Amino acid sequence: MYPAAFEYHAPASVADALKLLGKLDDAKILAGGHSLIPMMKLRLAQPKHLIDLRKVAGLTGIKEDKGMIAIGAMTTHWEVESSKVLKSKCPVVSETAAMIGDPAVRNKGTIGGSLAHGDPAADMPATVIALGAEFVCQGKKKRTVKVDDWFKGIMETALGEDELLVEIRVPALAKGTGAAYLKFPHPASRFAVVGVAAVVTLDKEGKCTKAGVGVTGAGTHAVRAKGVEAALSGKKLDAAAIEAAAAKAADGVDVQADLQGSEEYKAHLCRVFAKRAIEAAVKRAHA
Amino acid sequence: MATATDTRLLGKSIKRREDPRFITGRGSYTDDLKLPGMTYAAFVRSPHAHAKIGKIDLTQAKAHPGVVAIFTGKDLTGVNSLPCGWLLPELKVPPHPPLAVDTARYVGDPVAVVIAETQDAALDAAEKVKVDWNVRPAVTATAKAAEKGASQIHEVAPANVAFKWQIGDAAAVDAAFKTAAVTVKKHIVNQRLVANAMEPRACVARFDAATGDLTLWVTSQNPHVHRLLMTAFVLGIPEHKVRVIAPDVGGGFGSKIFLYNEETVCSWATRQIKRPIRWTSTRREAFQTDAHGRDHVTDAELALSRDGKILGLRVKTIANLGAYLSTFAPAVPTYLYGTLLNGVYEMGAIHCDVTGVFTNTTPVDAYRGAGRPEAAYLVERMIEVAAVALKMDVAEIRKKNFIPKFEHGYQTKVALTYDSGNYAAAFDKLLGMLDYRKIREEQAAARKQGKLIGVGFSTYIEACSIAPSKVVGSLGAQAGLYESGIVRVHPTGKITVFTGSHSHGQGHETTFSQLVADELGVPMEDVEIVHGDTGAIAFGMGTYGSRSASVGGTAIHMSIHKIKEKGKKIAAHLLEASPGDMEYVNGQFQVKGFPGKAVPFGQVALTAYVPHNYPEGLEPGLEETSFYDPSNFCFPFGAHACVVEVDRDTGHVKLLRYVAVDDVGNVINPMIVDGMVHGGIAQGVGQALWEGAVYEDDGQLVTGTMMDYALPKADMLPMYETERTVTPTPVNPLGIKGAGETGTIAATPAVVNAVVDALRPLGVDHIETMPLTPERVWKTIKAAKAGR
Repeated sequence: MYPAAFEYHAPASVADALKLLGKLDDAKILAGGHSLIPMMKLRLAQPKHLIDLRKVAGLTGIKEDKGMIAIGAMTTHWEVESSKVLKSKCPVVSETAAMIGDPAVRNKGTIGGSLAHGDPAADMPATVIALGAEFVCQGKKKRTVKVDDWFKGIMETALGEDELLVEIRVPALAKGTGAAYLKFPHPASRFAVVGVAAVVTLDKEGKCTKAGVGVTGAGTHAVRAKGVEAALSGKKLDAAAIEAAAAKAADGVDVQADLQGSEEYKAHLCRVFAKRAIEAAVKRAHA
Repeated sequence: MATATDTRLLGKSIKRREDPRFITGRGSYTDDLKLPGMTYAAFVRSPHAHAKIGKIDLTQAKAHPGVVAIFTGKDLTGVNSLPCGWLLPELKVPPHPPLAVDTARYVGDPVAVVIAETQDAALDAAEKVKVDWNVRPAVTATAKAAEKGASQIHEVAPANVAFKWQIGDAAAVDAAFKTAAVTVKKHIVNQRLVANAMEPRACVARFDAATGDLTLWVTSQNPHVHRLLMTAFVLGIPEHKVRVIAPDVGGGFGSKIFLYNEETVCSWATRQIKRPIRWTSTRREAFQTDAHGRDHVTDAELALSRDGKILGLRVKTIANLGAYLSTFAPAVPTYLYGTLLNGVYEMGAIHCDVTGVFTNTTPVDAYRGAGRPEAAYLVERMIEVAAVALKMDVAEIRKKNFIPKFEHGYQTKVALTYDSGNYAAAFDKLLGMLDYRKIREEQAAARKQGKLIGVGFSTYIEACSIAPSKVVGSLGAQAGLYESGIVRVHPTGKITVFTGSHSHGQGHETTFSQLVADELGVPMEDVEIVHGDTGAIAFGMGTYGSRSASVGGTAIHMSIHKIKEKGKKIAAHLLEASPGDMEYVNGQFQVKGFPGKAVPFGQVALTAYVPHNYPEGLEPGLEETSFYDPSNFCFPFGAHACVVEVDRDTGHVKLLRYVAVDDVGNVINPMIVDGMVHGGIAQGVGQALWEGAVYEDDGQLVTGTMMDYALPKADMLPMYETERTVTPTPVNPLGIKGAGETGTIAATPAVVNAVVDALRPLGVDHIETMPLTPERVWKTIKAAKAGR
């Protein structure tokens, strides 16, 4: 299918990209294109201008920075998946990236493109929520948005119309911390029907001192499972405690029924995958 | 490369000669064709499932740069309805205009065509065509189409009923149910599928105003049938001035048998604008407009004796035909379905009642297996339901009911006479491969640990090598179903074979050249296979219904026989021997028993074309034509088994093992047959677990993209364990039954039976609707637990 006609721009710097974004009417940012281009080919999206960030300098790469890991927004899923830094400091991000789409998607799609797009069934949102990531946005000014303020609705994020997402920052996992992302994939698209990421920190006695749980797929946007986190915190995470905490995984999720599942089923999957993700995270925290 | 001088080629897994060009991107598909002056078509389609067409405003579209012409249904004067090629008694045949004129009846129904200098100009301009739609209520659900109050789709078909058809003996079935010790009844939904050939449909139509010739390149499984239907029935142009070419075609699964709106419109329009026109379907259009498959809603009842013998089968089916009658639609849920309900079992009596209904959905027609998968699914599901009711083992009940081994005909209760069969042997082989006893032990142990492991069988039969012309003619087919095969030996002894079969993935270029090389004892490289061109091939019925090797191959075999007979006369003349004393051995004509007194094949070929020293009265040349019309269908059969594990928390089904024993008669190329079996199993598993066309009540197809419609992918399937038994058919001299559809037919019930078996400890004996999505399985588990 052919998209409707559009004009293509490939600026070389963030400043130039922002200039175009401010100047052009009905422009969309192209950051890999694995969501936008299919929509354009179906003519569900018909932007007049595409501003491709592919040639913008300084938007790729993964590096450690003051206990955080900074990931350039245009870093591909494949680079995230195979990053030595992430694999050693925060492997759950690499693992999540490895579960996105297929190799073609991962070689072109970018972490920033995905997180700025805010697809309700994308994988990475659950993980960045569980980790407590930060989003660095560049407009007229630079600002940092906490992940809890990022996802607003179906394909709606805190990114301003005149801003670019330039960097995603995730914490290096502290000692005694385990993390895991597990999902129930859509049989056709492989998007998450439900995906849950869990990050738990255990003290020497095996008590949970910190828990982060993000849920994607089920609702209008990925959310933090606050009830689950609260139920985990301060507890010794045996099977009963995990089960009881996971039971709250769908609380606060605005579950959307679709062909892959009724509200009841998807809420149930939230609980099942919360349990499995927490179990996996705890196992790793012990290791 | 093996040659036939030392050993037979039949039965050898020779690599497909067409594959190097396919896998290196050098195939030549319809969309690859570039012609001077080419224009491009885009169709304006109904966004509504049912709507009256009001004013169509073309002003903006016509003004779009690059637009050459725009036609609506009203412009297509002199163009007839798309024909239905299989008629049933009292079948309601509504008009099917290539461009809808007054009413659009499904989402995707074309109402106008925009032709432009480029493809994107055509698409852009098509978006500017403004149609006043007067939306009417739609009906999409199979079971609701004929209900009171359902929206009326065609004037000629009251209550949306296209036909009522039945087969079998209702009184005998009633009697069987009265005396039966056990009866079981189930509601079975065989869901709608989308064929999804890898290459979307496409056509290029070129009218040559200087000669008056029309050439149509089209993604067709049967170019001669396309030409015949289009010229004689729709466009009214002379058949001999039309050439239809189906070049490399990337898959069909049935969906490219039929005459569609688009190639018809392009063939008409090229005569108006006198320029070539190309149209290539987008994947979205393919989902909306390629004929769909299956879509039955059935109530089935089985009556049995206390010891498990099948006394009677009663079937009531509603078959969804979609918005119009596609080319062979009426045959699929009737003669290709009801006649297969005898399965591989001795049955006391059978009766089947089918109602075909129109709905505001994409037309439904043959899709790999076509009617036979629906029948096999029903029979194989019901026998396992019966086993549960009787507390019998599912293998035991099958063994108890198998038709005993036979070599020359078994008369079923539903009109067909099976050719040859040895059903217990295939099943025994399967049980051995599976290690059935051990697997039941493992299952019992796993169940103790709370695991849901299931084993399911499918001992299927199907009818292929379609088909005896006289028989299908008496059943309503408006065509014969023979095949042609021309063998042309060139003066140098090289050979060109012209076959009416059409390869769109099956590997005919390899299989047929292997057959010819084997029979004539010449190298395979000396044999060229030509197919898919009405300009080159006398006539052909094409490829579907697993008929190419058995029907098309036999036609070639017959021509080879004639070549040999003529060659004997020429060789006898050269050797001053009697033709009756000649034999053909190892690539030479020789006096019987005297290999030293011989003329090589090549010398005979040269003599035929340079007939200086030649038998009196014999025509020069060495080329023979044969038309083979089979005396019966052939009936491949087999036994498949599937082992699954169900995740009780999510309802997700994981395939642990898939074991298959097929009997397709003699095999020319085992690797190609294995490939067809493998692909078929994937499609059958796809129906069981993932695939399904889903319509909203308003008629929108919600599984209309590859992101929504779940096709099987390699990582969703286990490694298959496949074997064969060989029971040659007596129907054709090659003993070949046909292999193209077996996997698809067999796999679906095996998988569903396995899932149901996994849920047995919970009291489950049936799941009504496929695909067995995780949610459907989870809800079944939940309901079973609640019911306890």
